[in-house]
Parts: sequence; structure tokens; C-alpha cells
Amino acid sequence: MSSTVAGLVQVGLLIAALAVVYRPFGDYMARVYTSTRHTKVERVIYRTARVDPDSEQRWGTYALAVLGFSFVGVAFLYLLQRFQPLLPFDFDRGTVSPGMAFNTAVSFVTNTNWQSYVPETVLGHTVQMVGLTVQNFVSAAVGMAVAVALVRGFARHRTDRLGNFWVDMTRGVVRILLPVAFVFATVLVAAGVVMSLKSGVTVDGQQVAIAPAASQEAIKELGTNGGGIFNANSAHPFENPNSWSNLIEIFLLLVIPVSLTRTFGTLVGNRKQGYVLLSVMGVLWALMLTVIWWAEANGIRPLEGKEMRFGIPASALFANSTTGTSTGAVNSMHDSFTGLGGGGAMLNILFGEMTPGGVGTGLYSILVMAVIAMFLAGLMVGRTPEYLGKKLGKREVTAAAVSILAMPTVLLIGAGIAAILPGTQGALNNPGEHGLSEILYAYASASNNNGSAFAGITVTSDWFQASLAVCMALGRFVPIIAVLCLAGSLAEQKKVPETAGTLPTTGPLFATLLGGSIVLVAALTFVPALALGPIAEALL
Amino acid sequence: MTTTTDHPKRTPDEIRKRHAENLGHQVAAGIFNPRQMIKSLPDALRKFDPRHQLRNPVMFVVWVGSLLVTVFAVGDPSVFTIAVAVWLWATVLFANLAEAVAEGRGKAQADSLRKTKKDAVARRLTEDGGEERVPGTELRVGDLVVVEAGEVIPGDGDVVEGIATVDESAITGESAPVIRESGGDRSAVTGGTTVLSDRVVVRISTKPGESFVDRMIALVEGAERQKTPNEIALTILLSTLTIIFLLAVVALQPFAIFSGGEQSVIVLTALLVCLIPTTIGALLSAIGIAGMDRLVQRNVLATSGKAVEAAGDIDTLLLDKTGTITWGNRRATEFIPVNGTSEQVLARTVRLSSLADGTPEGRSIIELCARKYGLAAEASDVEKSGQFIEFSAQTRTSGVDLNGSSIRKGAASAFTIDDATKHVVDGISAQGGTPLVVAENDLVLGVIRLSDVVKPGMRERFAELRAMGIRTVMVTGDNPLTAKAIADEAGVDDFLAEAKPEDKMALIRKEQEGGKLVAMTGDGTNDAPALAQSDVGVAMNTGTSAAKEAGNMVDLDSDPTKLIEIVEIGKQLLITRGALTTFSVANDLAKYFAILPAMFAAIHPQLDKLNIMALGSPQSAILSAVIFNALVIVVLIPLALRGVRYKPSNASALLRRNLLIYGLGGIVTPFAGIWLIDLLVRLIPGIG
Repeated sequence: MSSTVAGLVQVGLLIAALAVVYRPFGDYMARVYTSTRHTKVERVIYRTARVDPDSEQRWGTYALAVLGFSFVGVAFLYLLQRFQPLLPFDFDRGTVSPGMAFNTAVSFVTNTNWQSYVPETVLGHTVQMVGLTVQNFVSAAVGMAVAVALVRGFARHRTDRLGNFWVDMTRGVVRILLPVAFVFATVLVAAGVVMSLKSGVTVDGQQVAIAPAASQEAIKELGTNGGGIFNANSAHPFENPNSWSNLIEIFLLLVIPVSLTRTFGTLVGNRKQGYVLLSVMGVLWALMLTVIWWAEANGIRPLEGKEMRFGIPASALFANSTTGTSTGAVNSMHDSFTGLGGGGAMLNILFGEMTPGGVGTGLYSILVMAVIAMFLAGLMVGRTPEYLGKKLGKREVTAAAVSILAMPTVLLIGAGIAAILPGTQGALNNPGEHGLSEILYAYASASNNNGSAFAGITVTSDWFQASLAVCMALGRFVPIIAVLCLAGSLAEQKKVPETAGTLPTTGPLFATLLGGSIVLVAALTFVPALALGPIAEALL
Repeated sequence: MTTTTDHPKRTPDEIRKRHAENLGHQVAAGIFNPRQMIKSLPDALRKFDPRHQLRNPVMFVVWVGSLLVTVFAVGDPSVFTIAVAVWLWATVLFANLAEAVAEGRGKAQADSLRKTKKDAVARRLTEDGGEERVPGTELRVGDLVVVEAGEVIPGDGDVVEGIATVDESAITGESAPVIRESGGDRSAVTGGTTVLSDRVVVRISTKPGESFVDRMIALVEGAERQKTPNEIALTILLSTLTIIFLLAVVALQPFAIFSGGEQSVIVLTALLVCLIPTTIGALLSAIGIAGMDRLVQRNVLATSGKAVEAAGDIDTLLLDKTGTITWGNRRATEFIPVNGTSEQVLARTVRLSSLADGTPEGRSIIELCARKYGLAAEASDVEKSGQFIEFSAQTRTSGVDLNGSSIRKGAASAFTIDDATKHVVDGISAQGGTPLVVAENDLVLGVIRLSDVVKPGMRERFAELRAMGIRTVMVTGDNPLTAKAIADEAGVDDFLAEAKPEDKMALIRKEQEGGKLVAMTGDGTNDAPALAQSDVGVAMNTGTSAAKEAGNMVDLDSDPTKLIEIVEIGKQLLITRGALTTFSVANDLAKYFAILPAMFAAIHPQLDKLNIMALGSPQSAILSAVIFNALVIVVLIPLALRGVRYKPSNASALLRRNLLIYGLGGIVTPFAGIWLIDLLVRLIPGIG
């Protein structure tokens, strides 16, 4: 079997597996967020946290809960790293420097999992398991909770209540992430992923680091987190030993973002509304896969930076899926990709992480884009714009605009300053176009909470640690606040009835419009910067 | 309620034709006439005031950019830098011009309205019954004034005593005088109009300075124009795009420095101005003013731009049957004999009963007798000797007593009828007609069928509305059977029979509960609550002040079919904004292809591959893009004022069409435009 055929079979298997779970898993998640019953475990959690699970919150309260919870998460994670020597399983790796600890804390709480540290030498198992892994679960659940709150904004009428953040978050962890992660951690162990509390083993007289990798690996992909327990991430044979584990990991990072479109369709009472979002995500994903695959297969040194056991197709498939989902795990070095291939991966991130995007974040990001697209389309059909029966007026457009503005703002300001700082040239492996690509990729990855590294850039200076952390935080929480505000003002409205004058949002016309808007917004915003980086590289 | 129009009724086709002519007239006079542009130039220059520019964030950025480039061009004068500065200022000027031209068209109208605001002297009635002369400007709400033939009515109000003919041509343009009388639905008079005959007492209903004419002047001048909700939302979106491009261009400088190709402020500003949505930013307020203007051209006065926008969103139209859907005058179309009477005998009897009947129904009966049965239309001397019995609400009949026999015609319920007659009566009702039973000495001879004739073209109009997603509901006082037949014939979606004002109100509330927006027309005082409740309430100018106060639009022609056009104008307004926004944003693609290679081909020669328009030199490429960006505003002013073509169809078809024209067209046009401009610009020494 040639490598291309094998690649196509893998893509086919991946799509088939996603298709099989799409309906049951999507509907299951819809039930999780609408059920009125609480499980025993949840009730214990609510009682301990003194939360009344049956009271619902206004958008402001919901947003405050998200911010408060995340702030506590950052503080806890920071302290955990600073006091590592007092913890068990620290293997004398010492305390983590303040800059690095802050960057890492923000990184994991924002579901970015940007790693400025080398796990094998910096973090012990306790920080990994009690700190990072916990955030892998809860940061993913926060994203899903915000998405569900926005969906409720569309589905509900004349109410100021969006649900209860604590309940949504707890259910996301207890009923969705934990069970699926547990099953797949077991499967990954069976596939050959390492699972051990030891710090390392000696092979042929050489010390090789090992860790409780399988349990981290499952949630790392499932929660679109991406932070590897080893520095080489999913390129490391202990995290991702073979084609099967590779395919399972890609499946895991796509399954929630993809299935959430079904959840969305079910919750708004029209499944076609979910299918059309999925089709837009799917077409852009497939398109970018083709670009990256073709670019890598036709590169000058096609296998540079790729694992021989995966080859070009499986590397392209992983790269495309990890950048399209805000995961940021890697099984190959994106820095070694061709100008077009690496640029393609970067463009996936610059789309704003919605093809299909991170857990929850993908859904709410594409819905915000749909609001903007429908505003313009609504004008063009001569009506006050509306989407899913809700009018898009001043408040809605403002909220959507703020949500969309946040990412390019922090990205361009951060990367712009970084480009002219005197120390930057020294931190880069490459000068010229590729060097600029490395800077752009780093800030794109942080601002979009992707977390993958182009690599080729040393980011341990105080400037990079601090600025990238700020990008991650603003890139995460500004859109979340705006999205919740949008949800609040949508929920307050009554439903506009559908007539022949209503623009249908289930057909190919809307799909084209939405897909076009995603590409156009990214292109118009970033083409000038990309022209000096990846575009200049690709045209060489 | 009654719906009265004071001038000959027009068919919808006639109205449309008239407006098409109007439109053609506007285009010729207002847009392509360069004189209008030159005349607006002083106003356009005044708008360079930064306080004015601040109202429009997109153009304010251009304004600041122009200033910045001018400063740098003075420091480093060259053909290129000066040319860029000049064209950036031209961009601002063209935007100002678009607004000034739109406003100028309203100003001409305002001037002619002002002439009606003569300083009328009012004859105010004092409490002791006397009369005092005060200036019209000193009148207060509630004052009673006397107006006699030849005098100008000093302010808006209601006739409380008397009846008079009034010349309202100053306001409506309609030369035929109208009747205004106390009580009833035709009591409202407008300040500035002239009483032609008789004497009336008017109770003043508005303060000086807030009269109808004042409001109309303010409206057409656009002086108090407030941004509509939708315009605000669009401005937010445009500002967002502007911020994004500002960031993209500002961040480009450090990237350029990193790459070893620092850019001049002039080039960066040129790029920024080309990218931000200047086309729609420049034309946005002109589109809004022109939308209101289109309404005024159709003799409709809206109290706010918000109401015009709401018109585009209407889901349900309440239309009065009489006067809107049907001609209203019921015509005899058939005589149906019963009880063995011959048709000829029935016709003769019917004719006798109606000879002295001056109502439209009576006249139509005589006409039918003459046309179909060859009977004389004029009464003979013998026939004139008969005693005509007028219709009364008690007997519900009218007729004639002649030669000892009493002939009566009237509603079926006024007679004792047998089953056969009842069958005929019910049949007529079911088909939308009104049956009139005819009897001689209490013996029923037959039934007259009166039909309510639906205006031509209504069915097509309603089909269009249906395609636009608008449901039409016919409101009538008729019984349900009659109402249904007319509704079927006219092709409306639903009807409200035996409707009382409360029923209308309840229907509006019910529709609004379901989230729908409702539009209606009305003229009577009892319509006022429903007019106020509806989202778009169009009051007829012939109506009462109460109705005019309650509605958010007044139709000076008092033509209820106008509602349909108002909806179209509302939609056209939004579509024009959306289409030009799309066009503006789509333009950016070509500008990237022009400017980015020009900026960076020096440091990355491979980027010259993007110069697919093969533009002459970096300077000519940048200047051509700037010139195109400015000129496109001028080229699109006519479109902004006229509105994009709107053909009633469903939402998907509309979007597909507009995306194709303004989206795809917006991508392609600038490639051609910039390429053409560059062919000329490259010839300029120091640029090419």
C-alpha cells in the first residue's frame, strides 16, 4: 500500500468513526445539558461547593463565575509550580521560575497548553496530574459551558437566565469528559502508550523519561488541550507509538467539536442548523488538509521534521486537525513544513479556531461568525437581520464584533512588538521570512488558544513568557465575556417567526456565505502580515 | 370605519407608473446633472469640519490620514506624495459631496414648503365670545380660531364647527380642493392651507414650530436626522472593520522593519484608506437621507427613519377592503327574478325604485337597466310624480310610491322571504355580492346582485407580497361569507370580517405576540389606538388629527395601497446598505494585489508574482488604488440615492442575486478599474 493510499484509508476511517458517533454522542451531550436530574457525585460536589444547582444565572453572573473560576485556577497552578519541591513525585526538578510558572498556569487554564517548558526536566508527576491534567478537564468543560450558554440564548425566549455555570461545568467533566477519557486512556494503553509513575527507565545505559502518559494523552486530545507530558508531544513514541494510536488521537481531538454541532441542532430544535455548521467546518477542514498534504508531499525535503512511522499523510492529517481544533498537540515539527504547508497550518489557527475548533470554543466562535455573516446577508434581503429567529441589532453586533476583534488585536500588537524587540533576532533559529513566520505562529497560537508551536523560536525570555500569557488570557476571556453578553441579549428577545422573507440558514447558500466570511475575515486581517512570512516563503 | 380618498382613485399600475416617472425625473434632475454636484460643493466643503467628520468613524480615519499624509508630503514633496495627499482629500470631499447632494435634494423641497409658512394672522375666539387678531406663531394648543373663505389656516387642528372646502395643494400637490367638516373622520386641517369657501372654527392641536409643515421641513432637510437602529449597528460593524485594518496596517510596519523594508507613513496610510470600508462609509448617510426622500417623493411623511426601516420588516399587512382592495362603490351586476316574475318586469320595477336614488348603487342599477334591458335612464314626467322613499336605518329599505303601488328594495332581512328567495340571497352573499331584495306591495319580485369590484392588479400585488414573506389580511365590515368571496377573488391570505376597531386591535396584538411586525392604514379617530399599536401605522392625510398623531407615517395622497410601496422602500433602503457594504469589503482583495507587491517586491522579489494586474511601478500601483478608491464613491452616488434595484422575491433569491452582483462584482470591478487607472497614471512623470 503506497503512503498516499494508506493516508486516504486513514482519512476514510476517521470520517467513518466520527459519522458513527456523531448522532448518539451529540444527542447525549444535548441531554447532559438539558437534564433536570443531578447524579449522586454531582450532588456531593454542589453541596461541598455550596452551589444551588437548580438556580440559574444571568449572563453577567455566568461570566463572573467563568472568570472567577479561571482566576482561581491560574493562582492554584502558579503556586503548585512554585512550591513543586514540597510535592511528591517531584524528582528533585526544583521550583519553576516565576515567568514560566505564570505562562504555564495561564496556558493550561485557557485551554491553550502552550508549553514554554520541557516537561521531562521541569515538571514532576504531581504538578502534571493534580495541576495540568485537572485543568485539561475543567478548561475544556468551561469552553463547552460557554457554548451551551450561547446556544441557550438562541433557544430560549424572553428570559434573562442562561443556565448555571457550575452545573454546566460539572456535568461537562463528570458526564462527558471523564467517562470518554477513561475509556480511551485504557484503549491507548492497549495501543502501547506508556502509563507509569516512575520518572524514567534505563535503556542500554541511557536514562529515558517515562510518565503517566496514557491518562493525560486521552484528555489532552479529547479536551483539545494539546499539552504533551513529553516535550516531543505526540511525536514521542511513548505518547503516540503507532498509526493506530495516531488515528485514535486525531479522532479524540475532533469528536467533541464535531458532535457539538449535533448538540446545537438538537437544542435549537432544528438539526439541519447543526448540519450546516458541520458542513462549513468539514469543507474548510478538508480543503486545508488537501493544501497541507499536497504542499508537504511536494516539498523539497518532504520528510524533514516528520516521524517515519507516520509519514507525510498522517503528519498532514494530524497537523491539519490539531491546528483546526485549537488543540496544539503535534506529531511532527510544523517549523519544518514547507512555506505553504506551515502557512496552511497557521491559517487554520487564524481562521479563529472554528474548523471545527476547540471543545465549545469552536461552536461559539462559528456562531459569532454566523451572526456577523447573517447581519450583512439580512441587510441584503431587505430586513432587519436575524439569525435563528433572533434579531441582530446594535447589542448583538457589538458583542459579536468585540468577540471577533479580540484575537487579531492581541495577536498583531504582540507579534508587532516582538518583531522589533532587539532580543528577538537572537531567539529565532531562522532569519527573514521564516523567522517572521515563527514569530507570527507563536502569537497566533497563543491568541487563538491553540498552543502548538512552530518551534524554531526560544520563548523563555520574560518578554515572551509575559506577552504570550497576556495574549492567551485576552484571546480566551474577552471573547467569552462577549459571547455570554451576546447570549444574554439573544435570550431576552422573543422569537421572530419564520416567513418566506426569512433567509433560510440551512441550505448551501448560507453555508457558502458563512464559509466565505470565515476565510474573508481571516484573509483581510492577516494577508499583509502573512505576505512577509509564509506567502513570501511559499512564492519562493 | 370609512376610507375616503379625495381625488380620483388610481389603479396600482397607474400608481407604479407614476412613481416610475417620478423616479426617472429624480435621476435626471438630481443625480446626473453635474450642476447639482457643483451646487452642493459649498456644502461639501463645509463638511470638512472635523466635528462633522467625527459622526462617521470610517471617514474620520480618512480625514486624519489625509492630514497626516499632507504633513509628510510637505516635508518630502514629490509628485507621488503630493498626488496621494490630493487624492486622499478628494476621498473625503467625495464622501461630503454624496451627503450634500442627498441633502440638497431635500432642501429644494423644504424651500417650497417654507413658502407656505406665511405669517398668517389668526382670528382667535376669546372666552367672552369675541374675536382677537393674533400672529399665528402665538397660538397655543386648544385655542379656537375662525377661518373664512380666502384665509390661510394659521395652524394644525381639527374643525369643530362648520364645513369648508380647503385647498391643500401647498402640502399635497393635489390641486383639487378637499372638504373638511366638523365631527367624523375628515376634520383635520393643516396649517398653511387655504380655505376656499365657507367658514369653519378650528381647534389648534399643535404648538407653533411643531406643526406638520415644520416637521416636514425638518425631515426633508435631514437637519434632525438621527441614525436609525440598523444604521447604528452597521456603523459598529464598519468601525470594527476599520479597527481591524488599522491594526493590520500598524502592525505591518514592525514586520516590514523586521524584514528589512521599512515603509513610509504615506504608503501605509494609502494602504489603510484603501482597505477600510470607505465606499459604504462615504455613502451611508446619503443612502439614509435618500431613502426618506424617496418616501417624500411618494407623498409619504414618516416621523422617523426607524419607521421606514420597520416597514422593510413587516410580516403582516392589514388592508381595508373598501378603497384599498376594492373600488368600494358597489355596482349592480345582475337581476335575479323569483316567484315567477319575468326578468323584464323585474328590471322595470327595479328601475322605478331607483330613478330617484342618487347613491352609487342606485345609479349603477339604472345603468344596468339601460345597458342590458334598453330602459330609459331618465325619468318620464309621470314617473317623476312618484313619491321617493329615502333609505332609513329603521326600515332598511328605500323605494318609491307610484300609482298606488309601493315598490321597495333593501336588505333581505327587511322582507319576509320564502326559501327559494333565501337560496338566491345566500348564493349572492357567498359569492361576495350584496343581495338587494325588490318587492312590490310586499310581494318579492326578485333580487339585485350588487358586486364589490376588486381593483385590477391586486391579485398580482398580493402574490408579490407573499413571495416577500408578507401576509395580507383584509379587514372589512362585511359578513364572513361576503368577506371570504372577496378575499378569494383578491387573493389575500386572510380576512377579518364584521370587523370593529377593537377586533382590529386584537388582531394586531395577536400577531405581535407571535413576534410579527404589523402595518396598517387608517384615518378615523377610532383607528388611532390600532395605528399606535401597529409597528407601521400609515394615517391618511384626510383623516383626523388623532389618527395622524397615532400613526408613524402620513400619506398625503390618502392612498391606502401606498402601504405596499412603503414596505418596498424600507426593504430597498436596507438592501442598498448591505449591497454597498459587501461591495466595499470585496474591493479589498484587488487592493491587496495592487499594493502589497508594490510595497514589498523590493525586499522579497518573489512577491512581484502577486502583481497580476501588471501595474506600471510601485508608485503608480499605490496611487491607482487610491484613485480608484476615491472615484468609486462618485460613481456610486447615483446608486446610493436611487437605491439598488429591488424586485420582490424570496430571501434566498434576493441574497443570491445581490451576492453575485455586489460580492462577485465587488471582487472583479477593482481589478479592471485599478488596471485602467494605472494605464493613465503611469504616464505621469515621476510616477511611472
